[in-house]
Amino acid sequence: MSNLEKYTKIFTESFEVDAEKAKTLKYQDVEAWDSIGHMDLIASLEDEFDIMMEADDIIDFNSFEKGIEIMTKYGIDMNA
Amino acid sequence: MIDMSEILQLSPYGLPKEEKQKLFTERLCGLTTYHKEHCAAYGNVLDGLQIDVDKVQTYEELPFLPVQLFKTHALKSVDDEEVFKTMTSSGTTGQAVSKIYLDRKTSANQQKVLVKIVSEFTGKSRLPMLIIDSPSVVKDRKMFSARGAGILGFSIFASDRQYVLNDDMQLDLEAVQKFLQKHNGEKILLFGFTFMIWQHFYKELLKNPNCIDLRNAILIHGGGWKKLANEAVSPEEFRERLKSVCGLSDIHDYYGMVEQTGSIYMQCECGHLHTSIFSDVIMRRMKDFSVCDIGEKGVIQVLSLIPESYPGHSILTEDEGVLLGEDDCPCGRKGKYFEVLGRIKNAEVRGCSDTYGQ
Repeated sequence: MSNLEKYTKIFTESFEVDAEKAKTLKYQDVEAWDSIGHMDLIASLEDEFDIMMEADDIIDFNSFEKGIEIMTKYGIDMNA
Repeated sequence: MIDMSEILQLSPYGLPKEEKQKLFTERLCGLTTYHKEHCAAYGNVLDGLQIDVDKVQTYEELPFLPVQLFKTHALKSVDDEEVFKTMTSSGTTGQAVSKIYLDRKTSANQQKVLVKIVSEFTGKSRLPMLIIDSPSVVKDRKMFSARGAGILGFSIFASDRQYVLNDDMQLDLEAVQKFLQKHNGEKILLFGFTFMIWQHFYKELLKNPNCIDLRNAILIHGGGWKKLANEAVSPEEFRERLKSVCGLSDIHDYYGMVEQTGSIYMQCECGHLHTSIFSDVIMRRMKDFSVCDIGEKGVIQVLSLIPESYPGHSILTEDEGVLLGEDDCPCGRKGKYFEVLGRIKNAEVRGCSDTYGQ
């Protein structure tokens, strides 16, 4: 599975949306992505990619799009 | 008006008095004008007071809203569609609660300011976190109590999380020991509300002292002292007793309120509550609201640079306090340092940990 597929899968499973919907998802768009869902999402991503994000990046992580940018910052190649 | 993103670049305790005064006068005058234009109710208050913001020399002259007003009026400076979260203050049944309307920007800035302030005490990296509360406090995801909101706000500092109490408010010692074992050698962050810590953590540990070792932990707690004052427990005793049962010595109280989430006042190593560059306090005399001298008891006015979605940048609380000094605390942090004495007489009784009925 590519990194982007792993990343997308975490969204689809965390928030019970399909991959198409996940790609345009923003924080608070669906009920499941509330502040608790957000911390769970971060924990899943950190586990999957074995990274530890800074608090500021957790706050800035407000959409699927923005998240890809942040993952790249932590050395995760989202094209691989 | 200077934007929050610029202010967030500054060191939280780095500005001397004159520079902070300049920053506060500029940003708070800007916010006052902004809210006057965007919140009709606030504009009416200002018109009634006949205040000309352009003539204000220093932010001490700016008007302040009594905190009570947020309970009786829906004060917001954004359209309903922009409101993305509504925070409510704690309040036991029958009491009115404050309603605070947040848009995405104000909410994110609250979190960012909290991170800047608390990192000064915990360090940059996120830590394994023990939450001295029960998971049921955040179970209703639509409607958080002030306690739940506090826990969620601080969860951003957690690299791993464990609730210390179960749903029946019983200490889950086994889970705590397991968590500490898993993070052996790491610094641990503990967070909770003062009364909960005393009632459900300290009192349980007292039955079995030193069953856990928290010498390498930092505790941050808030919510007020009223309930503990009823049990005749002073802040000093709270600290000493906690240390005696689990070795915990790095303990920081904080003062904050839902009406100004994020810009909290942390207690330093010398036991003083501190203003950061994101917030300020002014003690005022009850009789005429003039500014108190250092060491003189007064009503606490709180100012925050954050609120854009609601006119809550300058609020008169129902608490009494004393300013102890400015820029010269032995801990080395710049800014005012002060003590909170409790509620003014006849004010409505309220406080995060006080909402927990027994």
